[in-house]
Amino acid sequence: MTTQTSHIVVNTTINGEPTVFLANERDSLLEALRDRIGLTGAKEGCNNGNCGACCVNLDGRIVNSCLVMAAEVEGSEVRTVEGLADGDQLSPLQNAFLEEAALQCGICTPGFLVAAEALLEQNPDPSEHEIRYWLAGNLCRCTGYDKIIRAVQLAAGQGQD
Amino acid sequence: MVTAQSEVASQYNVIGTRPIRHDGVDKVTGAAQYGADLQLPGMLYGRVLRSPHAHARIVSIDTSKAAALEGVKSVITNADFPRASDDVIDTGEGSAQLNWLLDNVIASDKALYKGHAIAAVAAVDHHIAEDAIELIEVEYELLPPVLDVRDAMLDTAPKLHDGLKTGEMDGSKSDGDSNTASHLRFAKGDMEAGFADADVVIEREFVTSMAHQGYIEPHNGTAYWRADGTLDVWTSTQGSFVVRDSVAPLVQLSPSQVKVTPMEIGGGFGGKIPVYLEPLAAILSRNTGRPVQLTMNREEVLLATGPTSGTYMRVKMGAKRDGTLTAGEVYLAFEAGAYPGSPVGAGAMCALAPYDIPNQVIDGYDVVVNKPKTAAYRAPGAPQAEFATEAVINELAEQLQIDPLELRLQNAAVEGASRADGFTYGVIGNVECMQAAQDSSHWNSELAGPNQGRGVAQGFWFNIGFESSAYAQVNGDGTVPLVLGSTDIGGTRASIAMQLAETLGISAEEVRPHVVDTNSVGYTQVTGGSRTTFAGGWAAYECAMDIRRQMAERAAQIWEVDAAEVEYGDDAVIRGPADDEGNERSFGFKELAGQLAASGGHIVGRADVNKTSSGPAFATHIVDVEVDPDTGKVDVLRYTAVQDAGTAIHPAYVEGQMQGGAAQGIGMALNEEYYYDESGDLKNASLLDYRMPTALDLPMIEPIIVEVPNPGHPYGVRGVGEVPIIPPAPAIQAAIADAVGLRMNELPISPRAILEATLPEEG
Repeated sequence: MTTQTSHIVVNTTINGEPTVFLANERDSLLEALRDRIGLTGAKEGCNNGNCGACCVNLDGRIVNSCLVMAAEVEGSEVRTVEGLADGDQLSPLQNAFLEEAALQCGICTPGFLVAAEALLEQNPDPSEHEIRYWLAGNLCRCTGYDKIIRAVQLAAGQGQD
Repeated sequence: MVTAQSEVASQYNVIGTRPIRHDGVDKVTGAAQYGADLQLPGMLYGRVLRSPHAHARIVSIDTSKAAALEGVKSVITNADFPRASDDVIDTGEGSAQLNWLLDNVIASDKALYKGHAIAAVAAVDHHIAEDAIELIEVEYELLPPVLDVRDAMLDTAPKLHDGLKTGEMDGSKSDGDSNTASHLRFAKGDMEAGFADADVVIEREFVTSMAHQGYIEPHNGTAYWRADGTLDVWTSTQGSFVVRDSVAPLVQLSPSQVKVTPMEIGGGFGGKIPVYLEPLAAILSRNTGRPVQLTMNREEVLLATGPTSGTYMRVKMGAKRDGTLTAGEVYLAFEAGAYPGSPVGAGAMCALAPYDIPNQVIDGYDVVVNKPKTAAYRAPGAPQAEFATEAVINELAEQLQIDPLELRLQNAAVEGASRADGFTYGVIGNVECMQAAQDSSHWNSELAGPNQGRGVAQGFWFNIGFESSAYAQVNGDGTVPLVLGSTDIGGTRASIAMQLAETLGISAEEVRPHVVDTNSVGYTQVTGGSRTTFAGGWAAYECAMDIRRQMAERAAQIWEVDAAEVEYGDDAVIRGPADDEGNERSFGFKELAGQLAASGGHIVGRADVNKTSSGPAFATHIVDVEVDPDTGKVDVLRYTAVQDAGTAIHPAYVEGQMQGGAAQGIGMALNEEYYYDESGDLKNASLLDYRMPTALDLPMIEPIIVEVPNPGHPYGVRGVGEVPIIPPAPAIQAAIADAVGLRMNELPISPRAILEATLPEEG
């Protein structure tokens, strides 16, 4: 007995690099990033869009990559946690997460960073409520969110009063 | 952010500061390797077939169609495992009887809960593995499920296990089979006299639901069984040595043939101590000769791992008019899940632990039900037991018209007080936490509107010590790589490295902590029991003292003086006697480090400690809530968590434990529950329906760290991880009572529960 699957060539740009990969037609973007391309920064926490650990930026929008089919990203630009730093220079948000101790186990951190970066691009001066609202799709079980909120405030130039 | 040094920290250079964690960069760049990130050449992907039934006899399993699917390399069932003995192994925060452990990993004759593993496959691709398990044909004979602890304790209840008897503390067993695996009792004083002395007696019943640890990373396990009979395991675990000692007997290897490499771990909270996938990966790898990786999806995590016990509890307490507590009677029935081993014993010891009550009886029952085998969850057993007792304390305060913190202070356990289980306290910070709560701005503020209320509760957890190991070498540039066996769940590389740095007199950044496999470090118990900073830090201290001694000896050798004349100062300067011309002789740490290679070789420090002097932890939480009378929704408006940390090594990560523990406790109080239908089908096995707090559900959680150093630790550490999950539920229950006059004695206090309690029944 055999399973019927076919493979699809996908042309995309990942973290600024033109990237061609071969996707199983059943692969989600998350599976393709992790299993085909070797970018394991995006994590699987629930595989149904409820936890945000697999957040990536797809053409400027935050998506749960577990809910996007790999074949859908043909021609798209994908940005993952691996693309946040500029070489060995961490982004202000990455530095703020370290300074504020905004992670404990770290499994949700890539998703939070990608989501928070998109927030700050749209709204450079968010209120605490706006940060909480924006990040409500990202679950963290370790921190109680306090230090994550403070890190985003710090990166936004707040929290230094 | 307030970063002023505490009084305790002011005596130290490194302890009490907030350095950036050593593993931080890897965790903000995506470089950190968690278990599911591992990819090995030729690796196969596994998948587990799980029981759709809560209680069923397995009549037959036909794997032939699955095995014939192209790309499938192996299909296994329980029959592929050697028979396990009924020996019991230590698992750090609990124990496991091997035959039950194996049965939970993969069912033998019966499926005992929905989600129980039945068979497993390994295939070249995870899509094929998913297809393959669909092709496995299982014939079940359905049996009636037992889902509630009270039902399970009835003589007439269907029995989960043939031959399971109720064990008593004196070693006796019940005559007939029972779902109650054990009964324990702690008692002191005279209950009759205690209640006779009371002016007010309150007796209440409490029910709590199973709740899951909710770590964001699902379980994973990768194994490679080599042709020479050695087994490598990579997994996200709280205890690499526990995995080694669990897997080895299940696959009939000696622990020395098994090497476990702990990958980064995406949360555990106690739930990543037991093995689930690792033994399956091992047998699949043995059958195929290739590495095999298994990961769970979220539904499997909720169905088949974790949770903590659902419970039925009764508490009766008596007090004099002046507030003196005279007697406490506690009955705890805990669901163990499908196999014995609930945390009822710990719950029983914690139940009345914050108070000095002369007359106590605490009964605990460990009861099997057709739900997943419970695992440790942050202060296992205590959130349930102390929910019940703290709720009664708060109700007593109301009836006696005494401030709830004053009532607690009046009866607080202090040094020399003993619990019903016989333990007598040393130096503890119980009173200090209550006083800090009384002095907090939160406690002294006013509530702002209608339907708002304030509650307070106390919490106690033991903390444990046990075995930890450390190695450290001195590099020529004065940096010190530190080798540890404790997986780092929440900043323990930093908190352990800081204690090594403090002892050596160098900076936290000059220490480079590494977590390594079971062949590369001495035995180290689980990251759990709030033990890691305590025991790991002690090992680091001893390791540093070993380096100090060797550095002093080396200086003596270089100076050609007696080692007894050389001293390693806390400022990391090694001083010797003056030379013949009267000049002071000294080495800085780096200076001497640079001369080690040429003066006889490098220096390695090492330590293995096994300590039992862990320091009990207390916490006091204050919460303000607002109840929406139309929807039943409870909003947490303000939250303050006070806790005695002993000494806060890295205050930011101590605060993080307090805040995270409070958040989990809030979830347990308001939303999180295992919702089963009558057939034993878990109806909310997703993170949409198993409702954990989001950023939008919580306010800032203000941490107030109290430091009453533990005299049983070189730096006064107590351990901080667990106690903060205990007070939230009773504090919230009291706040709801204050807001709308409802005493909700079942958890979670969901909107549905509040509406059911407030709305008139439909006619």
